[in-house]
Amino acid sequence: MRAAAFYDVDGTLIDANVIHPYAFYATNDVTLSGKLGRTAKLVASLPLYAVADRLGRKFFNDIFYKNYRGILEDRLWVLGEELFDKVIQKRLFREMIDLMKRSRDEGYQQVLLTGAIEQVVKPLADYLDVDAYFANRLEIQDERATGRLLPPVLAGPEKAAFIRKYAIDNDLDLNLCRAYADSGSDIPMLSTVGRPVAVNPDANLRATATAHLWPIINAG
Amino acid sequence: MARPRPRISRDSNIEFIDDKSGARMVHYGTRFREVVLPRGSRVIYPNAPLEPLGNPRAAIRYALNHPEGADPLYAQLRPGMKLTIAMDDISLPLPPMKAPDLRELILTEILSQCADHGVDDIHIVIAVCLHRHMTGPEIRHCVGSKIFNEYYPDRLYNHDAEDQDNIVEIGQTPQGERVRLNRRAVESDLLIYVNINLVPMDGGHKSVTVGLCDYLSVSAHHNTHTMHKCHSYMDPRPEKSRLAKICNRMGEIVDKELNVFHIETALNNRMYGGPLSYLGRPETTWSQFDRAKFQASCALLERLPESARRGFFEKIPSHYELTAIHAGATEPTHDKILDACFRQYAVPVQGQCDVLVSGVPFISPYNVNSVLNPILIQVMALGYLFNMYRGSPLVKKDGVMILFHPCHEEFNRTHHPSYVEFYHRILSMGTNSYDIHQYEKEFADNPDYIHMYRHGHAYHGVHPFYMWYWGDAGRAWVGQVIVVDPENRRVPKQLGWESAPDFNTAMDMARSFLGKSQPEVTMSHAPPIMIADVEV
Repeated sequence: MRAAAFYDVDGTLIDANVIHPYAFYATNDVTLSGKLGRTAKLVASLPLYAVADRLGRKFFNDIFYKNYRGILEDRLWVLGEELFDKVIQKRLFREMIDLMKRSRDEGYQQVLLTGAIEQVVKPLADYLDVDAYFANRLEIQDERATGRLLPPVLAGPEKAAFIRKYAIDNDLDLNLCRAYADSGSDIPMLSTVGRPVAVNPDANLRATATAHLWPIINAG
Repeated sequence: MARPRPRISRDSNIEFIDDKSGARMVHYGTRFREVVLPRGSRVIYPNAPLEPLGNPRAAIRYALNHPEGADPLYAQLRPGMKLTIAMDDISLPLPPMKAPDLRELILTEILSQCADHGVDDIHIVIAVCLHRHMTGPEIRHCVGSKIFNEYYPDRLYNHDAEDQDNIVEIGQTPQGERVRLNRRAVESDLLIYVNINLVPMDGGHKSVTVGLCDYLSVSAHHNTHTMHKCHSYMDPRPEKSRLAKICNRMGEIVDKELNVFHIETALNNRMYGGPLSYLGRPETTWSQFDRAKFQASCALLERLPESARRGFFEKIPSHYELTAIHAGATEPTHDKILDACFRQYAVPVQGQCDVLVSGVPFISPYNVNSVLNPILIQVMALGYLFNMYRGSPLVKKDGVMILFHPCHEEFNRTHHPSYVEFYHRILSMGTNSYDIHQYEKEFADNPDYIHMYRHGHAYHGVHPFYMWYWGDAGRAWVGQVIVVDPENRRVPKQLGWESAPDFNTAMDMARSFLGKSQPEVTMSHAPPIMIADVEV
């Protein structure tokens, strides 16, 4: 079968969002002042992030990932592993892992497609033994993150474009492909494939899924 | 509604319509309609409800202590043994019965005996097969709060047909039918099955072989080849029902490999009780007050939105009462309960008709607390209502069925997610089961539907196919199906049916189809349940 199953990660496979990894990095900063400063700034900015996300996922990414400025690249990778062991693995939706296994047994390639950063996603991808994963990449200068994401930034329509390109490059039949996501910002991604599935959908996605008769899964 | 002139004697189920007979009430989903039948039409009414057993709890104890072909239950219990109790799911009875549910009464007696004999390794498994998993409140209604609080969820749960780590193959029939069952049930020292025999298709070898099996096992008989060879599946004789024949074969393996103690029950057909009891009686027996209640109910129901109408009926339990209970070995127990079933349901009928008229009610075994979607409308019409016979169908070969149902194109996406795709995608390709069968495995293996079955409350992905196969015998027999006054005309079209704005137009269409100006018309006044013993 020439088909793949594409999975958003936050809220779809794990009970977490992009805030959780950064909070882990913040509370594990090298210095005490760094810990306190980053954590306090994160908490104070939460309302701003909520508004930004409503305005657009890309806009949210532009604002949010500035928080990573100054963190050493090595530290990002090392803490990424620790983040998976201590936080993410405990928040996995076990039923979705079971679903992924059945999907793999049915012959679907397993692909993660997420707006989280690659340092956070790689340990998860290794654990799930997926065929490919695609995540956002932080710009690194002088071994430190600049707070900017390298293009293309995976969010909204970019995910949909990515799936179309992936399908062409891997000779996949999009009509047979599946996609799983939880957010209204992923409607373009879900609309690209023949078998979209809303997982723990937010109100926006639930309305679309209901109107278009997409299956709705509750996980966790 | 004018009071129909009584034309039947109180001992007879059959009424012939004349000019003064007046309209008859039919179910129209969550509403009712009145239909004026042509002169000479025959109306078949169900039997009146049988008198119930006076003391159900005593009857249960007696059955457990005096079983058929087996040792008494207490003699089979010993300290430290592993015991599993399996029970029928929410599809029985219909509608769900008023509290206390019969299962609660039976389980209470079983568990009391277990406690007396030091048996405490007990699991209670709801034998759903590929039906949806029951919710907590639904399970509580069945077993009562005491048992629920003590056992749920660790020792009281739904069978999971997709938990392959907990499915065990115990054998294969000479015909290659694989018997694969719930591991806990297989590995127990004793398996007790608590059954409610609402219709004669239930019970016997079907209980364990179907209720506790998986897709590979159930597909041995839930297929179009089997359904085409059931005449009808309400007739449990193997020569009449291939479904029964295969279940019996598989059941023999179960009886050989497992120690099973069956507890089977029969109910009367008192579907309606209290202020609604008049709905279960012929219109000629209604008082003026009954007539006023009917008119008021109809007026109110017409003004409510469909969801409110459904909610209204979901809150009305049935008033079924226990008429027989037997326990012990599979076949002798089942034979006695079948006798009790047919005593209640069997109505002798002479001759078939050209046109069979029937209302489709609001409920089927597969939409309790849910929506009767188009696929289930089909299963009620061509699956159940058509198959309520022994001998020969009520309607002649290539005859016409006229149905009353509004045919909303509505689905409950939590309970019936795969039905949506089946209705829109598969049925668009055709309605012949031999053609659409090729897509069955795709639905059965769909990981999303499997997830929703295992972790939600969805029917298994394959289930709409079974619902479609259930109508195969009716589809092969009936020449034309006409729906009266559907609110969505696309539904009958998608199901391969015709539609008519009113009954007179439907009759004109039937006459034209049959090429007869005066076809023989019979109205089946069910529910309540009846089974026509048709002599041709």
